[in-house]
Order: sequence, then structure tokens, then C-alpha cells
Amino acid sequence: MKEQMMKKNKKNSKKGVLFLGLVIVITVLILALMPEKSSLILQTSFDYFLQMAMVFPAILILMGLFNVWVSKEFVMLHLGESSGVKGIAMAFFLGAIPTGPIFIAFPMAQALHKKGASYTNIVIFLSAWACIKIPQELLEMQFLGVKFMLVRLGMTIVFITIMGMIIDRLIRMKQII
Amino acid sequence: MKTVILINGLVIISLIISFSKDKMKTKKSLLIALKTLGKIAPSILSVILLIGIMYGLFSDKIALFFGQENGVIGFVSIALFGSVIHMPALLAFPLAGSFLKEGASISAVAAFITTLTMIGIVTLPLEIKTMGKKFAIYRNAISFIIALIIAVLMGVIL
Repeated sequence: MKEQMMKKNKKNSKKGVLFLGLVIVITVLILALMPEKSSLILQTSFDYFLQMAMVFPAILILMGLFNVWVSKEFVMLHLGESSGVKGIAMAFFLGAIPTGPIFIAFPMAQALHKKGASYTNIVIFLSAWACIKIPQELLEMQFLGVKFMLVRLGMTIVFITIMGMIIDRLIRMKQII
Repeated sequence: MKTVILINGLVIISLIISFSKDKMKTKKSLLIALKTLGKIAPSILSVILLIGIMYGLFSDKIALFFGQENGVIGFVSIALFGSVIHMPALLAFPLAGSFLKEGASISAVAAFITTLTMIGIVTLPLEIKTMGKKFAIYRNAISFIIALIIAVLMGVIL
């Protein structure tokens, strides 16, 4: 399993390099064909490069720190042990910690389900994992502004909670019938 | 600029705390960061170049496609686009930021990011395998609906 994943990772990074090569060729062609646009294109790319360079190393380091300090076992241990508001808060928190790609979250969710965690908390955990990861929020703040990030985060938390409760009801309802 | 200081400050403090507790672990985390950078750097550079090209060539069209005038159909198609494409979220934010700068509406950008991160068509088989068909379909379908609601509300609030 691990070997397979590593192979996939290698394949993905190869794809990334190939794609970059393609984009560079396209860029050079466009610059050659439309020299009047070249300063605008290069200036814009350079601006974004700077904006990215100012925060991205920090964000990667943060992800590395979480990776080392928070283990999968820690998440499993603390998730699904409490219910109610505390359980919901815990599901959000553990989902938002950057501990890895989404495909490791699904087997974790399955194990939690077997452990007896509610569907509400599982939905919250998976959704938080997918869309309110801390590094993502930081980049959103950088490129879309603090206000945009905070408003979207607030609403996402509210609606994910509602969704969790709805799915819990829907699945239980069908089980009774 | 404030954001830059905030993010870097936060990480520097975390690093200092981590280092004072365990040097080896901190070293390992830096190595992981470096490795991740190596893996993701080509994709980041691609997106940065594409943003430049888009801005240079199609900046007026972006506003047309992602703008307010495009109506409900345009809005829903952006949300569908976000659901179907598969792209690391870390790359989506600079891209979304450039859409906003080129005149896209706040709702359209919010719909794009929210569906992109919340809905996983690529991971759907894995989700079905681990959590069951019913769960996976409910979660992705309802996510799509709440992404639309969030996006509309974002447009109203901001």
C-alpha cells in the first residue's frame, strides 16, 4: 500500500514537471507572438511569484511541524470519544490540522465509524479535512483577504455542522424503514 | 503586508517552541517541508505563469465568465467546474485571487473555492468504498448545495 502510494507520488511529481515544461513552451510562444503583451504577462506572474514566495515557505514549515508533532494515532485517539458540542468542536479541530492528504482521511473515517462515532462527527471531520485546513486558510488570507477568509470560514463551519446533522438523520431514517 | 508578517511570525514562533522541545523532530519537520516544496514547486510555477498569461490575454473575458452579469447559469457552471476539476487547494488560492482581481464576482470566486475543496469526484470511489454509497452521495450532493448557499451569502455580505 505504502509502496503503491510512493509510486503514485513519484508519478505525480513527474507529471508536474512535464506540465511545467508545457506551460513554459506556451509562455515563450505567446511572448514571441505578442511582444506587446509580454511586459503585462511577466509583470503579473512576477507579482504573484513574490506574493507566494513571501508566505509559502512558512506555510510548508507549518505543515512539516504538524506532520512531526501530531500523529495519526493522536487524531484517532481523540476523535469520536466525546459527543455533543465538544465532539463537534473536536471533529473540526482534528480535521483542520494538516496531517496528510484526503485519501488517508477516508480509512480513518471508516475506523471511526466502526468505533461508534456519529455520522455528524464523521461528516464534520471529513469536510473539515477537505476544506478548512489551516495552511489553506492562511493562503486564502494572503490572496483573498482576511475578511473574505473569515466570513467564508465562519459560514463553512455553520453549514458543515448543519450538513452533518442532516446526513445523520437521513441515514438513520433509512435504516429504520 | 500585514498578512505576510502575521503568517511568518506565527510560524517562526511555532518553530522556536518546537526547537526548544525537540531538536531532532524540528529538523525532521524542516526536511519534510523541503521535500514538499520540491514536489509542489513545478505546479506552483505553472500556475503562476498561467495567471500571467490569463491576465495578459483574457482579463476582460474573466470578468465576463466569472462576473455578476453572467447570471444563474454562469454561477452554477462555475460551481460545477470547481466540483469536477482536481487541483491542490494550495494552488487554487492564488488562482482565485487573480480571478477576483480581474473582475470576477465574490460569489463566483467563493463558489469555485468551496466546491473545489469540499467536493471530491476523484476521491469518490474511495469514499464509497470506506463509508458506503449512501454516505458518499449525500455528502457530496449536500456539499454542492451548501457551497452554492455560502457563495450567494458571501456575495450579499461582502
